Amino acid sequence: MSKWVINENLCKGCGICIERCPMKILAFAEHLTPKGVHPSSMTDESKCTSCAICAKSCPDVAIQIYKEEK
Amino acid sequence: MAKVLMKGNEALGEAAILAGCRYYFGYPITPQSELPAYLAKRLPQVDGVFVQAESEVSAINMVYGAASAGARVMTSSSSPGISLKQEGISYIAGAELPCLIVNVMRGGPGLGNINPSQSDYWQATRGGGHGDYRTLVMAPNSVQEMADFTLAAFEYADRFRNPVLMLSDGVLGQMMEPVVMPSPKDYDIDSKKWALGYTGKDKTARNLCTSIFMGQEELEEHNWSLYQKYQVITDFFKANKELAVEEYLCDDAEIILVGYGIISRILKTVVEKCRKRGIKAGLVRPKVLWPFPSEIISKLADKASKFLVVEMSYGQMVEDVKLAVEGKKPVYFFGRTGGAVPSDFEILNEVDKIVRPD
Amino acid sequence: MKQVFGKTKVLSANPTHYCPGCDHGIVHRLIAETLEELEVADKAIGIAPVGCSVFAYDYFNIDFNQAAHGRAPAVATGIKRTRPDSIVFTYQGDGDLAAIGTAEIIHAANRGENITVVFINNGIYGMTGGQMAPTTLVGMKTQTSPYGRDAATMGSPIRVSEIIATLESPAYVTRVTVNTIANQMKAKKAIKNAFTLQKEKKGFSFVEVVCICPTNWGKKPTDAHKWLAENMLPVFPLGTFKDIHGIEKA
Repeated sequence: MSKWVINENLCKGCGICIERCPMKILAFAEHLTPKGVHPSSMTDESKCTSCAICAKSCPDVAIQIYKEEK
Repeated sequence: MAKVLMKGNEALGEAAILAGCRYYFGYPITPQSELPAYLAKRLPQVDGVFVQAESEVSAINMVYGAASAGARVMTSSSSPGISLKQEGISYIAGAELPCLIVNVMRGGPGLGNINPSQSDYWQATRGGGHGDYRTLVMAPNSVQEMADFTLAAFEYADRFRNPVLMLSDGVLGQMMEPVVMPSPKDYDIDSKKWALGYTGKDKTARNLCTSIFMGQEELEEHNWSLYQKYQVITDFFKANKELAVEEYLCDDAEIILVGYGIISRILKTVVEKCRKRGIKAGLVRPKVLWPFPSEIISKLADKASKFLVVEMSYGQMVEDVKLAVEGKKPVYFFGRTGGAVPSDFEILNEVDKIVRPD
Repeated sequence: MKQVFGKTKVLSANPTHYCPGCDHGIVHRLIAETLEELEVADKAIGIAPVGCSVFAYDYFNIDFNQAAHGRAPAVATGIKRTRPDSIVFTYQGDGDLAAIGTAEIIHAANRGENITVVFINNGIYGMTGGQMAPTTLVGMKTQTSPYGRDAATMGSPIRVSEIIATLESPAYVTRVTVNTIANQMKAKKAIKNAFTLQKEKKGFSFVEVVCICPTNWGKKPTDAHKWLAENMLPVFPLGTFKDIHGIEKA
């Protein structure tokens, strides 16, 4: 299961999460959603710290964040 | 119950409390000020809420809020203030909320004056605000009816989920008459399961109060359902003629006088004087102005030969009478404005001119 | 895997109609999370305004009323007086609250109605296509101030929080923004303070949120957040103007 889960139907491609990600591991996807936007996508989940800054920055609450339990 | 001597405005206020109304929102304006003054004193005594709003606009929107939360609620004003309330009345009608709005009519247009008048008939019966809607409009003609109609108004408002407008005037509001107060009604806010803040166990989804329907089909469907409701209201008063209209000596009448509110009291005297002078006159007095008792007047037009409509305006209800008569018989009009209440003598002169034109 | 961030159940599943990057979604979420955390969602009643957030009722799973332009505080008064145990809030923009609804907000505040007002100030009318608002900055170009807002003929930005704070009755008046994660956390705290005061029946609470309008400002959302910090905040300084119960220190 992924740490970073996006509901592409909610993403409007505003790019705020991409800019704010401290690890710079988010980018616009190549594909278009049915709404016609390039959604945010994860480029390297191994670097994701589950800090949730992207999720909290998203005006459309499109992102959910999970963390590995230790 | 014993008779008490009361002003019309105060009788209406006490009747509202008996009807279970515990919320009043309003703004001072003459000649209705006795009503808020009375309720400001009385409502706190029955754990009710009286708020003097910053404007009539705010007051009607407080009514909108309270009605959406399930309250039996009212506001009152006089003509210029009722103009300000039209925005809120349109929203209340659109969102299908029950409430009572009292207009103690004064002279207009503009600031006009504070004298009694009947020049808000069009505003009251045509909707008044924007959009395709109706308010149920009642027209009492005595202090007793100010009280009785108020109880009925709250029942109608809840029954039809529609605003009810009480069209009174400066004379009825301010005059004193003996009145027998009606029996109190119980009111349970939880009877309105659609109300915001209802938390009964049977609530399965959230409650929403709105007048916005963005889709073309959605709004047309909503307006159609409003229209059908207005038909139900119309049919109700057709089936309950005695609630809608008072007829006096109409059976053999050649000339029928038509008037509502305080005017109808004078017309009754005129009818009696006519009869003494050998003129077969009758009176039709709509107690409910919308829906207008067109059917009754139409039937009378088959028998009577003439109609005379008398109003404290230059002719508003007369248009509804003409529509009801459908050109079958002539419809005459006599009106006074500016606060002049026509005397029986003046009206009698008009009857003479019509009946004996030579 | 444990969820560290998810959508509160107080928000509905409906996608919002707001423009990409619009702050309304952030503020909606902060309110919804607050209602959930204070365990008051089942007795919360929102009042939607006229403006971009006219459809706010579609995005919350709570009872809602949709008010006429500017009248939300009057509608809230009627609802709260009828149901004093419910949690009542209005959500209003700057055209709604600071122009057409000036009387309603001032007097609801002055009566000390036990309600919460969330005021979205982005200096422009969004829904109608970007006209000048009472809060538009001097010099700012809008559809109805195409040469820039001229203070001499169009007045200067109205600072609503400062005005409300001059009144005796309000319990809590604060201005926040959500242009960064740090500021968003402060905004959340302010919103929670406001609703806590209402829950404790301690009076009128007012939270102004300085927001972006990327579409009508003609800026990318990420640029708009920076523009807000550089241009809006000097005119609308963040801070708490009134806190009669000292909730921020508690």
